[in-house]
Amino acid sequence: MVSLVDETAQTKSIVLDVPEWIPHRAGQHVDVRLTAEDGYQAQRSYSIASAPEDARLELTVERLDDGEVSPYLAGELREGDELELRGPIGGYFVWEEAFGGPLVLLAGGSGVVPLRAMLRHHQAAGSTVPVSLLYSARTFDDVIYRDELMTLATVDGIEIAFTLTRVQPEGWQGYRRRIDRELLAEIAGPATDAPLVYVCGPTAFVETAATELVALGHRPERIRTERFGPS
Amino acid sequence: MPPGQYVTTDFPVLSAGPTPRVQLDGWSFTIEGAVDSPVSWSWSDFQSLPPETVTVDIHCVTKWTKLDTVWTGVSVDTLLDGVETQGAFVTAFSDGGYTTNLPLADVTGGKAWIAYAYGGEPLEPEHGGPARLLVPHLYFWKSAKWVRGLELRATDKPGFWENYGYNNYGDPWREQRYAGD
Repeated sequence: MVSLVDETAQTKSIVLDVPEWIPHRAGQHVDVRLTAEDGYQAQRSYSIASAPEDARLELTVERLDDGEVSPYLAGELREGDELELRGPIGGYFVWEEAFGGPLVLLAGGSGVVPLRAMLRHHQAAGSTVPVSLLYSARTFDDVIYRDELMTLATVDGIEIAFTLTRVQPEGWQGYRRRIDRELLAEIAGPATDAPLVYVCGPTAFVETAATELVALGHRPERIRTERFGPS
Repeated sequence: MPPGQYVTTDFPVLSAGPTPRVQLDGWSFTIEGAVDSPVSWSWSDFQSLPPETVTVDIHCVTKWTKLDTVWTGVSVDTLLDGVETQGAFVTAFSDGGYTTNLPLADVTGGKAWIAYAYGGEPLEPEHGGPARLLVPHLYFWKSAKWVRGLELRATDKPGFWENYGYNNYGDPWREQRYAGD
């Protein structure tokens, strides 16, 4: 582990120097395995936050207070420590420049992590595919990669919208409600554009997004989902 | 507990795309492929088959295990009773296009069910309702949600996740998560 980035009060990004890494594809994950001194092992999956083109592998970990692995990764881990990784894993929830678009990314909470890898890949590949990201968070302080996303929002062809579902800062110009059909229609555009949609977040967020998009006429095979369970 | 798993009391949801919604009057379950003649049941036919209720542990490849889950459905043995086949493999197919492959021996002999109730309640769509395959001795992606039939096959053919790097067989006790395990 070469560096740690505090993203929010609950999340940290872990930057890793991985020898013999097989280049991943944006959207894939890794398994992280921890072994205690007594030999007890625990492993969990984490989405890769970096683009394939980035020099180092980055994971973003949300600390779950009753978790077995995340409190260590987002609390105890220090620069120079070693981690046991397996991956990259998963071949369906991935986006490559060659897949085209338009690209619609829908993030609920820490579900933004694999979508951020796709955005970084989009930029690194010099893609001209139009992208629209909607990121739903509870409060402004819960927004991961805030500065990076604010900067990306100024790039031509990239639309980034936030919805803050619990508390909004004074003068907030973004959305302020849970996703619904009307909001999704604004973000995803008309179904006739046949965007390629990636949805990642908690189950309720993913179910609402996917169900409403289908109701809006988007074809199920253009909608790829990934969920964050309690792990 | 199989190696590398942890116990959860939640029931996490995993699927690759939108949850299909089917009307029960348009639902059917079919056994086809390497059989003398395909056999099919409507939803009401299916409900008249003898149900079994089983209590099993389920193991997801994403590492959660849920203990003592209670399911009600029809044994695959019941469905295959009287079906003549030369096939040694099955591909389960589902609404939404999902498929998964298993040896026939892993869905017969009291090891697999088509389940339509969970905890005594109708199975919810996000957990695979109206009916899903239940094969608790393998990782849970083999228990295809929204299942609509079994294709009997002479040869094995990788299904959806099996084509995306997951293990072809998926035995949690041997920790066969990914290809090559």
